[in-house]
Amino acid sequence: MLHYVIKRMGTMVLTLAFISVIVFVVIQLPPGDIVTSTLERMEASGMQASDEYVQNLRARYNLDKPLFLQYLNWIFNFVQGDLGYSYIYSKPVNELVWERLGYTLLITISAVIFTWVVAVPFGIYSAVRQYSIGDYFITVVALVGLATPNFLLALLVMFFAWEWFGISIGGLYSMEFRDQPFSIPKLFDLLSRLWIPGSVVGMGGTAVTMRILRANLLDELNKPYVVTARAKGVKPIKLIFKYPLRIAINPFISTLGLLLPTLISGEAIVSMVLNLPTTGRMLLQALLAQDMYLAGSFLMLLAILTVVGMLISDLVLAWSDPRIRYE
Amino acid sequence: MMTDNILEIRKLGVRFRTDTGITNALNDVNFDVPRGKVTAIVGESGSGKSVTANCIMRLLQPPGEIVSGSIQFNPSRTESFDVVAIGERDPRIYDLHGGLISMVFQEPMTALSPVYRVGNQVAEAILCHRDVSKDAAMVEAHDMLRRVGIPDIDTRIQMYPFEFSGGMRQRVVIAMALVCNPEVLICDEPTTALDVTIQAEILTLIKDLQEELSNSIIFITHDIGIVAQIADYVVVMYQGRVLEIGTVRQVLKDPLHPYTKGLLAAIPGNVPKNVRLSTIATAVGDADITTPFPLKEVGEGRLVSLP
Repeated sequence: MLHYVIKRMGTMVLTLAFISVIVFVVIQLPPGDIVTSTLERMEASGMQASDEYVQNLRARYNLDKPLFLQYLNWIFNFVQGDLGYSYIYSKPVNELVWERLGYTLLITISAVIFTWVVAVPFGIYSAVRQYSIGDYFITVVALVGLATPNFLLALLVMFFAWEWFGISIGGLYSMEFRDQPFSIPKLFDLLSRLWIPGSVVGMGGTAVTMRILRANLLDELNKPYVVTARAKGVKPIKLIFKYPLRIAINPFISTLGLLLPTLISGEAIVSMVLNLPTTGRMLLQALLAQDMYLAGSFLMLLAILTVVGMLISDLVLAWSDPRIRYE
Repeated sequence: MMTDNILEIRKLGVRFRTDTGITNALNDVNFDVPRGKVTAIVGESGSGKSVTANCIMRLLQPPGEIVSGSIQFNPSRTESFDVVAIGERDPRIYDLHGGLISMVFQEPMTALSPVYRVGNQVAEAILCHRDVSKDAAMVEAHDMLRRVGIPDIDTRIQMYPFEFSGGMRQRVVIAMALVCNPEVLICDEPTTALDVTIQAEILTLIKDLQEELSNSIIFITHDIGIVAQIADYVVVMYQGRVLEIGTVRQVLKDPLHPYTKGLLAAIPGNVPKNVRLSTIATAVGDADITTPFPLKEVGEGRLVSLP
C-alpha cells in the first residue's frame, strides 16, 4: 500500500510539472498582457503613457524577460509558497486566495453535507419501494431539482426570503456583522446562514446523487449475496445498509475527489447572485483582466486539488472495497 | 404423538403477478419432508423447485405471492407452526432465516458479500440468532470452517471471498448455513456451478455433515446422478406441480409417471447437449403430462399424479 502511495505521489509531481507549463503557456496565449490592458484603461480615461513608462512597467512585472525565464521565476516562487502579485488588486496573491478558498471550502462542505443528508435516505427509500407513490414523488422532485439552474434557485430563494420574511440573505454574514472583526457571535451568524448557499449549491448534486444511488441500489438489491444475508437472518434495515448500500455507494466515493477542484472553479454564478466571497468569481475576473499571477495561481491550485482529490478518492475506495485493494 | 415429518406441505399455491400477466408458479403442491432424511426435489428449470424452497423459508419476494395452502413446520426445538400463516413481522420469521432452517445457494461465486471477511460473514449468522459476544461467535465460526474442510483456517478466516475458489466459497456458504445447527438445510442446486471433482467433494461434505448433525435436508437438483448418490426420498416436479413421490429406490428403479420415465431416460450420456430434452419428449411419447391429476397413493409414501 505504502509503495503504491509513493508511486502515485511520484506521478503526481510529474503531472503537476507538466500542467504548470501548460498553465503558464495558456495564460500567455491571448494577445496582450497586463501592461496593454492597463494602457487601454489609461487611454480610455484620456491619459497618454510615454514609451519610457511602458518600458518601466514591463520591467517591473518582469515582462521584458524571455518567456522561459518568466516561467522559471514563477514556478520557483510558487513551490516556495510565494504565489506572486496580483495587478488588479495590487496585493500579493497569497493575501487574496486563502481567505476565499476557506469560505469556498466551507460552502462546498455544507453543500456536500446537504447533498448526502437529503440524497441518501430518499435514494434508499426510492429504491427499496420502487414504483411506489413515494418513489414517483421523489423522482419528480429530483427531476425538477435537476432541471433548475442553481443561479435561478438562488434568485428565487433570495426573492421569497425578502418578500415573505423581509430578510436579505445575500452574503455570508448578516448586516450587523459584515464589517466587524472575527468573533464567536460572528461565527454563529456565519453558521446560521451557511445552509442557504449550501442547499442552493447542493441542490443539483442532490438530485443527481439520489437518482444514481437509486439505480445502483436497485442493481444490488437482488444480488445473491443479499438473499444469502437475508436467509441467514440479517434484519431488513441492517441488511440494506450493510450489504447492498455498501456496494452501491462505491461510485460516489470515486467521485468524492472531484469535489476538491470545484472549490476553485465551481459556482461562480451562484456566488455572484448571492454575493458570496468565493474563488469562482475571482478566477473569472483574473482571467478577464489577464492578471497572470492570480489566474496562474488559481489554475495551478485547481490542478493540485484535482490530482490530490483523485488520490484521496482512490485511497478511500481501496479502504472501503477490498477488491480494489488487492488488485 | 410426534409426527416424523419435519415439514408437511399441503395445497401450496404461488403466483407471480407481472406486467405480462399472472403466472401460476406452484399449483396444489403436496409433499412431506421426513425428519433426519435427505429429500430430493427434481425437475427441469421452471418446475417450481426453488420457489418451493423460498416459500419454506419465507424468502419469496414480490411479484411472487403465496395464494393458498400451508407449510406445517414441526421443529423439535420449538413448537410447530404454519410457515405460511405467520405475519411478516412475526419474530419466528428469523427462526426460518438461518436459525431453524437455512439454505445453501446455487452460485457460490456471488453468494457472499465481496466486502466482508469470510470469518465475519460466518460469525454474523451466529450473532443474528444467539446472544453471544463477537469473539465467541468468531471462535464458533472458526470451528465450523474447520469442519467444512477449509485448510489453513487461521489465515483463511481473515481473507475475502474473492480470494477463494468456487469450491472453497461453497464450503464457506455451507459453514454459514450450518453454524446455527438448523433442523432443516435446503440445498438449492449447490453443485451446479462447480466442476465435477469439486461437485463430488461438496456432495460428500453435505452427506457427512448430515450424518453428523442429523438434520433434515431438502436437496434441489435436476441431476438424477446426484439424486441417486445423496437422497432418501424423491419428489418429482413439473410445471409447478408434484408428479411423483417415493423413496429414491422406488422412483429410480420403478418410475410410474411418464414424465419421470422421460427424466430418467435423459441422464446425460454421450449425447450433444440439445438432444437431452427431446429425449424426455421421446420417452414421454403421447402420454398426458400437462393435465393436473391429483396425487393418488399407490403404496405407503408412494404417490403419483395419474388419472
